[in-house]
Amino acid sequence: MKTDTIAAIATAMTDSGIGIIRISGEEAISIAHSIFINKNNKKCLNTYDSHTIHYGFIIDKDLRIVDEVMISIMKKPHSYTAEDTVEINCHGGVFMMRKILEIVIEAGARTAMPGEFTKRAFLNGRIDLSRAEAVMDIIQSKNEFALKSSIKQLNGSLYETIKKLREDILYEIAFIESALDDPEHISLEDYPQQLTVKITDLGHRLKKLLDSANDGRMMKEGIHTVIVGKPNVGKSSLLNILVGEEKAIVTDIAGTTRDIIEEYVSVQGIPFHITDTAGIRNTEDVVEKIGVEKAKKALFEADLVIYMIDASVPLDQNDSDIMKMAEDKKMIILLNKSDLSVCVTEEQLKSNVSDGLKIIKTSTKEKEGIDVFIETIKDMFFHNEISYNDEVYITNLRHKEAIEDAYESIGQVAKSINDQMPEDFYSIDLMNAYASLGTIIGEEVGEDLVNEIFSKFCMGK
Amino acid sequence: MLQMNEKVDVCVIGAGHAGCEAALACARLGLETVIFTVSIDSIAMMPCNPNIGGTSKGHLVREIDALGGEMGKNIDKTFIQSKMLNKSKGPAVHSLRAQADKAEYSRAMRKVLENQDHLTIKQAEVCELLSEDHKITGVKTFTGTVYECKAVVLCTGTYLNARCLCGEAITYTGPNGLQPADHLTDSLKSLGIEMRRFKTGTPARMDKRSIDFTKMEEQFGDEEIIPFSFSTRKEDVQIDQVSCFLTYTNEKTHDIIRNNLDRSPIYAGIIEGTGPRYCPSIEDKVVKFADKDRHQVFIEPEGLHTNEMYVGGMSSSLPEDVQLAMYRTVPGLEQCKIVRNAYAIEYDCIDARQLYATLEFKNIKGLFSGGQFNGSSGYEEAAAQGLIAGMNAALTILGKEPIVLDRSQAYIGVLIDDLVTKENFEPYRMMTSRAEYRLLLRQDNADLRLRKIGYEAGLVSEKQYQDILEKQEFIKKEVNRLKNTVIGASREHQNFLEAHGSSQLKTAANLAELICRPELSYELLADIDPGRQPLPEDVIEQVEIEIKYEGYIERQQKQVAQFKKMEKRLIPSDLDYEEISSLRLEAKQKLIAYRPVSVGQASRISGVSPADISVLLVYLEQRKAK
Repeated sequence: MKTDTIAAIATAMTDSGIGIIRISGEEAISIAHSIFINKNNKKCLNTYDSHTIHYGFIIDKDLRIVDEVMISIMKKPHSYTAEDTVEINCHGGVFMMRKILEIVIEAGARTAMPGEFTKRAFLNGRIDLSRAEAVMDIIQSKNEFALKSSIKQLNGSLYETIKKLREDILYEIAFIESALDDPEHISLEDYPQQLTVKITDLGHRLKKLLDSANDGRMMKEGIHTVIVGKPNVGKSSLLNILVGEEKAIVTDIAGTTRDIIEEYVSVQGIPFHITDTAGIRNTEDVVEKIGVEKAKKALFEADLVIYMIDASVPLDQNDSDIMKMAEDKKMIILLNKSDLSVCVTEEQLKSNVSDGLKIIKTSTKEKEGIDVFIETIKDMFFHNEISYNDEVYITNLRHKEAIEDAYESIGQVAKSINDQMPEDFYSIDLMNAYASLGTIIGEEVGEDLVNEIFSKFCMGK
Repeated sequence: MLQMNEKVDVCVIGAGHAGCEAALACARLGLETVIFTVSIDSIAMMPCNPNIGGTSKGHLVREIDALGGEMGKNIDKTFIQSKMLNKSKGPAVHSLRAQADKAEYSRAMRKVLENQDHLTIKQAEVCELLSEDHKITGVKTFTGTVYECKAVVLCTGTYLNARCLCGEAITYTGPNGLQPADHLTDSLKSLGIEMRRFKTGTPARMDKRSIDFTKMEEQFGDEEIIPFSFSTRKEDVQIDQVSCFLTYTNEKTHDIIRNNLDRSPIYAGIIEGTGPRYCPSIEDKVVKFADKDRHQVFIEPEGLHTNEMYVGGMSSSLPEDVQLAMYRTVPGLEQCKIVRNAYAIEYDCIDARQLYATLEFKNIKGLFSGGQFNGSSGYEEAAAQGLIAGMNAALTILGKEPIVLDRSQAYIGVLIDDLVTKENFEPYRMMTSRAEYRLLLRQDNADLRLRKIGYEAGLVSEKQYQDILEKQEFIKKEVNRLKNTVIGASREHQNFLEAHGSSQLKTAANLAELICRPELSYELLADIDPGRQPLPEDVIEQVEIEIKYEGYIERQQKQVAQFKKMEKRLIPSDLDYEEISSLRLEAKQKLIAYRPVSVGQASRISGVSPADISVLLVYLEQRKAK
């Protein structure tokens, strides 16, 4: 069972030099103790005094060293939350911070709810009472934001997957409960065998979901990048190269329309959520017009714009229109088709766009210039020119925990069946699974069960 | 005209299952009590099904008994068949159900009431509540007599503005054709109480002589009968039992119903009240579960000295001619004669969110209510609320702390919390699935859970209380002994295990570990447990459950500890939610409307989110410091 000890990344999720993971609660010290070794390879964190800082390493569950860290211990009540608190100062870098937070959570902490550190600090008397208003506002607004982004960021098909899983679980609970409630009408004979089959299936489905949460597919995670350009400049080829070459393609999620394709790509460890748009040009064709509108919208929401130009064709009004639309955006211009006879040059472009804009010559056909392009992206990321919304990542982590809980509960049902426990014990863990999954899509249990019982099963005198 | 004036402590209005418990509780706590009924012959009447208990309702009866109520004792005196339901399932869902001799049940309860000190029975219709400054001062009957009192317990059941429907025939009566109470609703409304309308229904009763039982399956009672009451001796209830019978509807039955739906007051829209989903009329079953080609029908005796049989599973509000035609399609009922028609009944009741969990009205001091009036359904649900409402009326007058059972203590706690916290759209029935900590709330341990509370309130005797303390001690000692008695892997022990299909010991184990094996039990282990002392049956039962389900029980206990934290965070009654700007509007409105007493209760109101609860906690902290 999870403890009430909470953890979160306390610094901004950008690639700054140092990142801090904060753990607070009863078991903060024992959790940190279990994942920290000093330079002599010893676990000895629980011997340290309060308000001391120590050098050592974070290890994962296979005892491999993950990062070299400084770790500080603040025992209650002298900490921000007035609870035992441990702060892990690790190397900055999104991936390191994520990895360590995940290890902390595996060791028994749970992801902090939005505003929870502040709330604890307040309730434990560490924040001046006069600031209660502000504290309440923080809690409420952070929660609302998290809830909104949670559902918005959840990939469409996954929302449905979770809903279906919950429906299937609820049906089983309702069946068991109606049989318990009305044993003379509904029999549970042979039910454990049937449930075993269903549980196995539910377990597989949850496992798949867990995998998708593990590699970031579950949420629209990553740097929102949009590829724009006129039709046939090589946008799709570029996407294919990024996807194919890196072998890091995560999924292809069908876009909401035929003309927008979304891909999740990890380019040398940096997550990208790439949208390939329809070519943008001035058109009267109704269908194409819709595609163009969507492309404009994607461009507007993007963290990074990749603008592709066909170097073998002269620039025209459409090009300047697009460049105008992307004026305020971080942008990389790819002069593609550099293998053909070039009629648009770098110099020519530079006079058209603002200073410092990155222009790279590529040939998606010959796969030239792609390495330069990737280096450029990496540079921009490590110099903080582009970043992405860390809330999404945190939400994903919370969701992952919820799915893990559900998966564990389903495992507990299998164990109960195996141990020949009576049927009424199954519904306890099934209900836990149902509730856990509900937190992902923001749905509570409420009267669901009673409603399901009465709508699906005919009972009563 | 000369007005008569009487002075008492408590007035209980209604003498059904809620009213009886309420009145007895008040009188037993020494308060002068008068119980009003429109008909003295309808005391503890069972106008619907002829049984007490059943799944989760059996739990309620046990809890009523543990607290010092009467229902369990009364059914032990008057049952004619008894069954422990769900015996093949876990101990948490075992439920006792007994068929009652209805007339005897009513007569026995009346006798208890008549012989109770400090209690007066009065046949009269109360038509007005008297109050001053939102505080109850008395009641007035239809004949003009005023009873001054300190508290009133409303237990009006289904009588308020009742009307019964049998097809096109509508009569303005209470259940069983009894006189309704048509005057009180207006008085309640003028006190600012919001009323609502619910409906329920009952099937026909038939003449036993017109039924062919050879076409039905006979349903017997248990061979070994377990009493409801913790103070009834087992040997006193081993009686000769009568049988019930099972038969089924068929497509012919369903056709008749479908062809006459337009004459059903529900489907024709004549009934406005909301009906319960858990005891649907046969019309509802046929419409909602169209794919089912048959439904069960239980034929149950109404008593030993009557030929009337209850037709369970076929309640209806169809017209008389359709009823007869439909019943006669059922095997065994081809020649049936109906003694009483099936009917639906509509009545006034309240949304119980106007009450505290003590069952006192939030805006009228000294006014309590229980039973179907609060929007529940069922004799047992009614009795449970009646007992709590009565106890709290008395305790309040005596200047003592009222009793609120929480969701981790009793089904009664779940029942009342659901009624006063959640929005109910139909008469509320207890179900085991509503109790989140049901492994702890078993019918077998109701005495261990609640005797102490009953004792402290004054309804449980010193002797009964000492008995329970002794029982607790026995259980604890025996569990410890079993956990500390080590069994080595000797030849004798291995042979024993093999003989019972249990795997061999690799290392020594203690007896408790062996009891956990599904194929073994406390009883079986007697052979390899020479140190065992004889213990009472009910102690052994507890020991075995505690050991076998220890892991699950511990998990629920941990959850309860979490739950209790929030229940203990009380919300001051004068809290101004408008002042908390960070609360979302929906949460604010709900909190203002229902004024929860604790943060725990607030968290169960639909529309109040976990973030709202965090905000509330912060606000309360700030306020506390001021």
